[in-house]
Amino acid sequence: MHIPDGYLSPSTCAVLYAGAAPFWYVALRKVRRTLHGRGIPLLSLFSAASFVIMMFNVPLPGGTTGHAVGMTLAAIVLGPWGAVLAISIALLIQAVFFGDGGITAFGANCFNMAVVGAWVAWFVYRLAAAGAPVDSRRRVAAAAVAGYVAINAAAACAAVEFGLQPALFRDAAGAPLYAPYPLKIALPAMLAGHLTFAGLAEAILGAGAVAWLQRAEPSLLRVGEGSGAAGAVRTRPLWLALAGLMIATPLGLLAAGAAWGEWGVEELHDPASRAAIAAASGGVAPPAEVPHGLARLASLWTAPIPDYAPAFLKSEVYGYVMSAVLGTGLILLACLLLGRLPGPRPKARRDRRAARVEPSP
Amino acid sequence: VNFIEKTLAGLSGAMDHAATAEAVAGGGGWLQRLDPRAKLCGLLPLIFAAAVSRRLVVTLAIFAFALMLALSSRVPLALLAKRVWLGVFLFTGAIVTPALFLTPGPVLWRWPGLGWTLTSTGLTAAARLVARAETAATLGVLLVLCTPWPRLLQALRVLRLPVVLVAVLGMTHRYIHLFCRTALDMFEARRSRLLARLRGRERRLLYASSAGVLIGKSLQLGEEVHQAMRSRGFRAEFRLMDEFAMHGRDWLALGLLLAAAAAAFRLG
Repeated sequence: MHIPDGYLSPSTCAVLYAGAAPFWYVALRKVRRTLHGRGIPLLSLFSAASFVIMMFNVPLPGGTTGHAVGMTLAAIVLGPWGAVLAISIALLIQAVFFGDGGITAFGANCFNMAVVGAWVAWFVYRLAAAGAPVDSRRRVAAAAVAGYVAINAAAACAAVEFGLQPALFRDAAGAPLYAPYPLKIALPAMLAGHLTFAGLAEAILGAGAVAWLQRAEPSLLRVGEGSGAAGAVRTRPLWLALAGLMIATPLGLLAAGAAWGEWGVEELHDPASRAAIAAASGGVAPPAEVPHGLARLASLWTAPIPDYAPAFLKSEVYGYVMSAVLGTGLILLACLLLGRLPGPRPKARRDRRAARVEPSP
Repeated sequence: VNFIEKTLAGLSGAMDHAATAEAVAGGGGWLQRLDPRAKLCGLLPLIFAAAVSRRLVVTLAIFAFALMLALSSRVPLALLAKRVWLGVFLFTGAIVTPALFLTPGPVLWRWPGLGWTLTSTGLTAAARLVARAETAATLGVLLVLCTPWPRLLQALRVLRLPVVLVAVLGMTHRYIHLFCRTALDMFEARRSRLLARLRGRERRLLYASSAGVLIGKSLQLGEEVHQAMRSRGFRAEFRLMDEFAMHGRDWLALGLLLAAAAAAFRLG
C-alpha cells in the first residue's frame, strides 16, 4: 500500500499532491481552531502512538501476522480531519525516516490512506454505529466493518493509480515507463491481498481497540464525535450543494430526446421520435401501435407539472429550477413529517419514568 | 516466531535504526558538514529526477552519484545494502517479476515447458522501475542519515511548511521513541509472564489492549504536555530556533547537487 518512488508518473504524483493538499489545509485550520493550543501536543502524541501501533504485528486467524494502518482508530478517536493529519504525519515519518513509501509518492500515499481511508472509515463507522450507545457491541462491529471497507477503498485507489500508468505513460518501444500493470491486473492483485490479510488486520485493530476503549476509556470514543465535522454533522455545506444542484437543473435541457424506456404515447406516435427510439435501441423499431396497456394506464394520472414545465411559466429554465425547488421542498416536508412519527421511547427516559413510579424501599 | 516476538523485533529494529542514524549523522562526512537547507534543497530535486527518469542510463548515473555521496559522507555501503537496497529490491522485484513475462514485446527467452516468454519490453520496464526505486530510496535515506532529525525538520521551513506542522513533526518524532520504549516494555513484560503459547483470540486481545493502552497514554500525555507548555507561557504560537548560516561551501554543494539534478532532468 505504501507506494515507493518511481512507480507513479510525475503528473500523477502532482495530481495526487493537489488532491490531498486541500484536506491538509482544512484539517490544519480545523485542528487549530477547534482544539486551540491543546491540539498540537494531542495530535503529535496521537500520531506517534499511531506510528508505533503500525509497527505492531497483528495476529491474524491461521497463525499468520500482518500490519494495520490505523486509519479507522484515528478516525474514530480524532474525527476525520484529525485523522487526516495524524495519518499523514505518521506516513511522512515512515517515508522520510524508514524509506517506507516514497517522497514523490507521499501525496499519493496520503490521498489513499489518510484522506480516502480516514474519511471512508469515519463514514462507515458513523453509518453502522448510528444511534448506538458508546458501550454497545454494534460499535465494535461498526469499527471492524469500517476498517475493512476503508483499507480496501484505499487499496482500490492505489490500484487505479497503478493501473492507469501503463495506459498513459509508455516509451517509444511501448515499454511501460512507470508501474507496468494495467487496471485489469493491478486491481485484482491489490484487492486480493487487502480483501484478505490487510483488511482483516485493519478490522481487528479497529474492533479490538474500540472494544478495549469501551471498557477502559469510554470517554475517548466520544472525542471524535464532538470534533470538527464529526458529532453534530455540519449541514451548511450540504444545503449549499443542494442549492447548487437546484440551480444546475436546467442542464437537463441539454439532453436531447426522451430518456430510454421513458417514452410517452406521443413519442411512440411521432415518426421523428420513433426514428430516435429505434436508433437508441440498436436498430430495433418500436411496435407500430402503442401497446394497449401503456395507452390505458398513461391517462390514469396527469402530473400537475408535466415535463418539469408549469403551464404559467414561459421559460423552460425557470420551470426546471422551480420544479427542483418544489420537489426538494416536498421531500423535506415528507422527511420532517416522518421524523415526527412516534418512535420507541429512549431507554434513559424509560428508566427514569420506571424509577419515578417504583416505590422507594 | 509468534506475533510478540515479531513485534519486539520490529520495535527493536526501529530503535536500532534511530540510534544508527544518529551515529552516522554525527560523523564528519561531506554531507554531514553541509547546512541542512543546502542538503534538502539539493537532494530533493535529485530524488525527484531519479523518480521520474525515463532512461535507465540516467537513473544508473544518478545512482552512481548517490554512491559517491555515500562514500564521501562515510556512510557504510553495507548499511545501505541492508537497510535500503535489499528491501527495495525484494519488494519491487516481487512486484515486477510477472511484468517480465506479461508485457508484450520482442521475445528474448522462452521458459521451457511453461511456454512463458521473457520480452525485452518487460525487461526494460522492470529494470527501469527497480533502478528508479533503488536510486530514489538511496538518496532519501542519505538525506536522513546525514542530517540530525531536528535540524532536518527546521530546514523544512525553507519549503514554506507551516511552523505548526514542523513543530508537530518534531514532537511526533520525539514521542515515537518514548512510545516505542513503552510498547517494548509492555510486550517484554507480557512475554516474561507467558508459560504457554497464546491462543488466537488471546493473541488478538493482547494486541488490541496494547494498542488501546498506547492510544490512551498518548491522549493523556498530550494533555499533560499541553499543561506543561502552558505553564511555561505557551500561547498557541510557535517560534523555531533557527541558527542556520549558509557558507561558501554550502552554496557550492547546493550548486553541484542542483546541477546534477538539472543534468538528469535534461537527459531524461
